Amino acid sequence: MTHSPHTAPQATSRGRRNWPARLAAMALMAATQLTWAVNDLPGGPSVLQTDLPPPATKIAAAQQDLHVMMLWICGVIFVGVFGVMFYSVFAHRKSKGAKPASFHESTTVEIIWTVIPFLIVIGMALPATKVVVAQKDTTNADLTIKATGYQWKWGYDYLNGPGQGISVISTLDASQRALSDAGTPQGDNYLLKVDEPLVVPVGKKVRIITTANDVIHSFMVPAFGIKQDAIPGFVRDTWFRAEKTGDFYGQCAELCGKEHAYMPIHVRVLPEDEYLAWADARLKAQAAKADDPNKVWELDALVARGQKVYDANCAACHQASGKGGGAIKALDASPVVLDADKTKQIMVLLNGQNNIMPAWRQLSDTEIAAVITFTKNQWSNKTGQIVQPADVLAARK
Amino acid sequence: MSAVLDHGGHAHDDHAHDHPHGWRRWVYATNHKDIGTLYLLFSFTMLLIGGVLALGIRAELFQPGLQFVNPELFNQLTTMHGIIMVFGAIMPAFVGMANWMIPLQIGASDMAFARMNNFSFWLMIPAALLLVSSFFMPGGAPAAGWTLYAPLTLQMGPSMDAGIFAMHILGASSIMGSINIVVTILNMRAPGMTLMKMPMFVWTWLITAYLLIAVIPVLAGAITMTLTDRHFGTSFFNPAGGGDPIMYQHIFWFFGHPEVYIMILPAFGIVSQIVPAFARKPLFGYHSMVYATASIAILSFIVWAHHMFATGMPVTGQLFFMYATMLISVPTGVKVFNWVATMWKGSMTFETPMLWAVGFIFVFTMGGFTGLICSMAPIDTQIQDTYYVVAHFHYVLVAGSLYALYAGVYYWAPKWSGVMIPEWKGKIHFWGSLITFNVTFFPMHFLGLAGMPRRYADYPMQFADFNMVASIGAFGFGLMQVFFLFVVLIPMMRGKGEPAPQKPWEGAEGLEW
Repeated sequence: MTHSPHTAPQATSRGRRNWPARLAAMALMAATQLTWAVNDLPGGPSVLQTDLPPPATKIAAAQQDLHVMMLWICGVIFVGVFGVMFYSVFAHRKSKGAKPASFHESTTVEIIWTVIPFLIVIGMALPATKVVVAQKDTTNADLTIKATGYQWKWGYDYLNGPGQGISVISTLDASQRALSDAGTPQGDNYLLKVDEPLVVPVGKKVRIITTANDVIHSFMVPAFGIKQDAIPGFVRDTWFRAEKTGDFYGQCAELCGKEHAYMPIHVRVLPEDEYLAWADARLKAQAAKADDPNKVWELDALVARGQKVYDANCAACHQASGKGGGAIKALDASPVVLDADKTKQIMVLLNGQNNIMPAWRQLSDTEIAAVITFTKNQWSNKTGQIVQPADVLAARK
Repeated sequence: MSAVLDHGGHAHDDHAHDHPHGWRRWVYATNHKDIGTLYLLFSFTMLLIGGVLALGIRAELFQPGLQFVNPELFNQLTTMHGIIMVFGAIMPAFVGMANWMIPLQIGASDMAFARMNNFSFWLMIPAALLLVSSFFMPGGAPAAGWTLYAPLTLQMGPSMDAGIFAMHILGASSIMGSINIVVTILNMRAPGMTLMKMPMFVWTWLITAYLLIAVIPVLAGAITMTLTDRHFGTSFFNPAGGGDPIMYQHIFWFFGHPEVYIMILPAFGIVSQIVPAFARKPLFGYHSMVYATASIAILSFIVWAHHMFATGMPVTGQLFFMYATMLISVPTGVKVFNWVATMWKGSMTFETPMLWAVGFIFVFTMGGFTGLICSMAPIDTQIQDTYYVVAHFHYVLVAGSLYALYAGVYYWAPKWSGVMIPEWKGKIHFWGSLITFNVTFFPMHFLGLAGMPRRYADYPMQFADFNMVASIGAFGFGLMQVFFLFVVLIPMMRGKGEPAPQKPWEGAEGLEW
């Protein structure tokens, strides 16, 4: 798309106020120029795309097959029903001298056209069922990544598998928002360009656990055939196994406030060796910035740090009051928290419990030590116990 | 207007008291025809307001980049467009039709509760004012989508409370209207008018009224819980307090899916009246039409979670709602087959009402096909919350409900106004609307398949071409409705045109003629 030089800079200020003139200019532009200076984006949308994107996973391919099947079924019914209707529209006109018949029911016909659609529906449901079951099978993942929706960015935490411990915050590239505001979009990856993509290995089963920090978001990558809402206070999961390397794009698919259109998803699929090299480098870079696990902390400092960790990670379930609720156990007056044997609580945090409490290995030793110390000294729990990062480090082994 | 809609000559001056005149006639209205007129004019006004909001959306989406509105205002436009069209335009329009036609069709002197009828109309005015004025409240209008999903609603400004209040009022109005319709139909039929002899429009409205009575309280509950979450420290849906945002969606869609049928069943009824009239042949399979309507209504209560496939239901949940949703296509298909069979070997003419009715069958069925495609959970994974869904529900709500309403207006207007609408006017309105509607919404299927999410103020440039086409179509469609207002509606209300004969359509049967 090209803007003439004297209109582009005014787009934000005068342009928006002077909208009738702008509307006229745009109509003129539409009349003279119906194509845009944009190309297909591999792994993302194509210009004048009329079908689902080229699938990059078996699930997406299966969805596409189902869609083709449905188009055929609907197409045949369409031709059948409207063939009859339009034949009738043209043939049974009063102006052609058609005399009205008087029939107005036929039990046989009505049973036939109830039973046949019913059979067609069953024929559609069977293949769809297989795909539903396959889509929901998130077991035996090679890599587990938690995708957290924030207003308005995505956080990716590698929970399990190669690269475990990596934490990425993925935000729309700042230039894109400015281009949008100015009304001067450009580039094949307009609104899809992020500062840091989600990186995964090819051919591995990647389980995505979704949750959110504020409101509901939705993690969608069309080429992978996945869309899973990210719900605050809850975790849901989905999975994909990318069959080819490359860049793949998606966008947030659940209205999440004013910047809803500005939190894209960019997945970079690498060959396994490149992925491992990336993960290694990334972890080292992260460690360089991280806390020293051998530092010995004072109680107050550790509790203060723990409060932050608790608010960010634990309060959604256990509540700020530490009372939990429903299946969520209370921490206040909890025997495990009060126990003089610190390793009991450390093990719960590292390994999870009863399929309800998730494992929190992705937190640093300092964070786990801090949050345990916090819970041991908060509410009615006045144990005075300190858990040092070194204790956690020792328990990890 | 009063000259046109004068009571003289119609069969309801059996009230003992004198009829008020001037503004009192409308404010104190207890006559079902006056109230029906009020409902129809109100809903058309709301249609235009909602349409202007839609054109705001389409203007912004004409090109990528932000040109006219900022993303906050954009979200307000999409939200209020939805709420105003659903609760302000389509639902009251059908109630208006019911007020006008049900007493005439069953041979009743008026609606059962005439003063409640007045109240249920006039309640809508403050509600509409609240909705429209919410744009001028601090923070602007509600911007959480017409579905008002928690916890986004908890972040909204005071207009959210105004919106909730307005929906409560509209809900109260709907319930009163529905009770009135049920009582009128069950108690006030003329002798000999047994249930299985009632016209289809009356049948579909009877079933719709029951649906409304069943689900409006559910909506009221959902938005009341939202209100107490916002202000009174409860945590029904607020995850920060242990609430469940998905529970909101279950409750909302338990209302919302029957609501879809509330907006389409009376449309089926109108079309089932018009097709036989212009085919000059009785409706094919009247009994199965009644049963199909009832089965659709019952099934509509067990399919709600197909709006929620992306929330991450367990596999058995997805399968159940997928099967139940597919099943609903069977009775809907039966209806379409019945209409086609009614046309078959008829002696058809294509005056404007018939054009709208046939247009309804054709375009609504396309919405039915995309509905079937959406019902497949694996495909829905791709197209949920994309423009495909936007295309789908506009095919059933505009090409479905709105087309049937226009069909009904052209069909019964000679009865209402006493004058014929010139055919050329109706035909321009129909063909113009049909073409521009498809130009607007057909490309949205492609956008959705390509993955463009809905409720986006700006989009990647690959989506630009189809968005431009859709915007051009939308302005054309808007223009056709303005044409209807100035060329069709206003002259008709002024009484211009040939006087209508007692029976304007050769094949139309029923007590109303």
